[in-house]
Amino acid sequence: MLLTIEGLTKRYGTGDAALNGVDLAIPAGEVVGLIGPSGAGKSTLIRCINRLVEPTAGRVFLAGDEVTGRRDLRFMRRRMGMIFQEFALVERLTVMENVLSGRLGYVPYWRSLLRRYPAADVQRAFATLDRVGLLDHVDKRADALSGGQRQRVGIARALLQQPDILLVDEPTASLDPKTSRQIMRLICEVCAERSLAAVVNMHDVALAQMFLSRIVGLRQGRVVYDGPSNGLTPEVLTVIYGEEDWTRSAQRDDDVADEDVHGARPHGREPLAAVG
Amino acid sequence: MPVTRAHDGLPEWRRSTPRQALLRWFGWLLLVALFVFCWRVMTQDTIWAYFWDAPNQAADIAARMMPPRWSYIDALWRAMWDTLAIATLGTVLGIVLATPVAFLAARNTRPSAALVRPVALVVIVASRSINSLIWALLLVTVLGPGVLAGIVAIALRSIGFIGKLLYEAIEEIDKKQVEAIQATGATSLQVVDYAVVPQVMPAFAGISVFRWDINIRESSVVGLVGAGGIGLNLEASLNTLAWSQVSLILLVILATVLVSEWVSAKVRAAII
Amino acid sequence: MSTLASYPTRWRRPPFIASAYWRWAIYGGALVYLVLAVGSVEVNWARLAEGLQRGGRLFAGFLTPDFVSRWSDIVIGMQESLTMTVTSTVAGILVSVPIGVGAARNLTPLPVYLACRAVIALSRTFQEVIIAILFVAMVGFGPLAGFLTLTFGTIDFLAKLLAEDIEDIDKGQVEAIRSTGGSWLQLLDYAVTPQVMPRLIGLSLYRLDINFRESAVVGIVGAGGIGATLNTALDRYEYDSAAAVLLLIILIVMAAEYGSGLIRARLQ
Repeated sequence: MLLTIEGLTKRYGTGDAALNGVDLAIPAGEVVGLIGPSGAGKSTLIRCINRLVEPTAGRVFLAGDEVTGRRDLRFMRRRMGMIFQEFALVERLTVMENVLSGRLGYVPYWRSLLRRYPAADVQRAFATLDRVGLLDHVDKRADALSGGQRQRVGIARALLQQPDILLVDEPTASLDPKTSRQIMRLICEVCAERSLAAVVNMHDVALAQMFLSRIVGLRQGRVVYDGPSNGLTPEVLTVIYGEEDWTRSAQRDDDVADEDVHGARPHGREPLAAVG
Repeated sequence: MPVTRAHDGLPEWRRSTPRQALLRWFGWLLLVALFVFCWRVMTQDTIWAYFWDAPNQAADIAARMMPPRWSYIDALWRAMWDTLAIATLGTVLGIVLATPVAFLAARNTRPSAALVRPVALVVIVASRSINSLIWALLLVTVLGPGVLAGIVAIALRSIGFIGKLLYEAIEEIDKKQVEAIQATGATSLQVVDYAVVPQVMPAFAGISVFRWDINIRESSVVGLVGAGGIGLNLEASLNTLAWSQVSLILLVILATVLVSEWVSAKVRAAII
Repeated sequence: MSTLASYPTRWRRPPFIASAYWRWAIYGGALVYLVLAVGSVEVNWARLAEGLQRGGRLFAGFLTPDFVSRWSDIVIGMQESLTMTVTSTVAGILVSVPIGVGAARNLTPLPVYLACRAVIALSRTFQEVIIAILFVAMVGFGPLAGFLTLTFGTIDFLAKLLAEDIEDIDKGQVEAIRSTGGSWLQLLDYAVTPQVMPRLIGLSLYRLDINFRESAVVGIVGAGGIGATLNTALDRYEYDSAAAVLLLIILIVMAAEYGSGLIRARLQ
């Protein structure tokens, strides 16, 4: 198993348990969708894996190496690329600097300070930007790009880490439906090309079903479903999200889905408390 | 309740209850009493004859000021250069000293909450509480009169100003960008370099230029206590009651202030 | 899709100033100026060496401040500073409010606006110490000159910020009161005051704080206050008494900031 999570628990200062003994195993090259209502702990789970949020209990292993409880976190984090909901680019840096920041876990400080990255890193950055279709925007500032372009930069940054796994936190929450699909397609393609594993946190069930074969359902910090995406029956959705007329959205075809699914989920984003 | 029954039984509306109104009047009374008391204490030794004579004095001084002694301008070029140097070098030194203080004081970049942050905050408060001219007074007795004392005085006063505004700017940065850089495996120095610095850069530039503009005004008077610049000439002219030179100096200061204000407005517009 | 080797191996961040000509002119000019400016600073090294020792004594003074030997001077200075601060802030507010209202373009006709703006511009041109010198020359030494200086300085600060605040108020509320047929004074009372009052109180408290700090300065040129005490102490090289005065100033400023912070928090 590439990523193994055992009994992961996160309790915030207020005493609320955001995660309650989560077990999960992901083999190399598999892309897993993570769904669940707002406040179910999706974002917290992803952030506990690379310890942006420090878990209260439980263990995380990446390819056999334990992530939790070690001091040289830098060497584990650089093996996990992260893609964010609102892109989280450093707005005032150029596209290239944002992409190269994916190498920060590898290069010594003086190189990052002087922007003198090793030739191989620069080459790979150009190649990655070409792959995500932004080769013409290298020297633009990140805040000059559109939402979809920014998320492509975010993907390129994560890929430049040459990670074993991608942690993707609601990659499409700030995008329109068309761009959302393009971004999801891109994420799935690059994962397939590099046989990368990924955990993709999704609020949009239809989109998750469309692109991902394995789905994990989270409710109140516990895993309540782990199986193929075509097993998301109305009964299963009721277990994950609660009572609602699921038949309409469950039987939808690809193009009319958005409205129903949007109507079904309570909120577009995780509340801040869950993000920490 | 604001609505009460008047004598004739009709409801009457007032903005506040009698109790609130009474309290408010009492507050005002207290303020007036404080003012009168302070005024009496302050003016107990005032010689009012001088005060009533002020219009004559003002007219007299104005008459002596006109026309300014234009030929004196040749003595002022060097003083102007020094004044500008005090303001600019003082600002540069202030920035160099204030930046680390700001990073140590900001809640999201400080290394230690218990020890380092309080020290940084005390440095900022102490620097802010004491005016440049008082810093200059101190430094002239320590370093001796001259431009150097002026530069250090301006720098010491600027630490508090720049440090306070900068650490507030650092505390207001977007956390998500910081998180994203942390997630790449960056060290904390790299996080500062890639996520914090780019975000505070515009604020930093704006604050620095703003302080430089203020420092131009301040450096024109530190000479009054011997710390170099055009203030020295002002002091000398006042001591000899050479009001026609004083008026020229004031005109020169006015011109400098206007130019520096124009420059700083331009630079700020270019940054934002 | 090209191979990895076909991509460039170098990347340089685009320079902040795009034109190479201007870049060199600006950076080079700044560098030349800095070198010349540093070079023009005359340093008397012998005096500086002596200064280090004096600096040490001053620092020691901060560790063992002497409040006792100059206590009566300190009391008089503080009394003058504090009374000057209170009276000048109150008087400053009384003068600034009408000028501030007059300098708000959305309330006043153009001639009044220009006149009020001219007063503000006049009061912000010169450093307060220069104003203090002129007032001392007119009304003689003592706290009255300091009072006049600080009142004058308050106008610049308070009237300017008040005018900007009034220009920023919500137009809808003004129109609502205008449409009821309210007069200009009623408009001021019902539409403007409620919107700017919290800010005005906050600014006044802040100015109280600034006036206290400035009151320590005007004494240097004879306009009364704690600055005169400090000046005397330093003239006599009594560093421990000077340190006592400075510590008192810092303490009072801190207390004032803390207190006004509390009041402002309650108002919001």
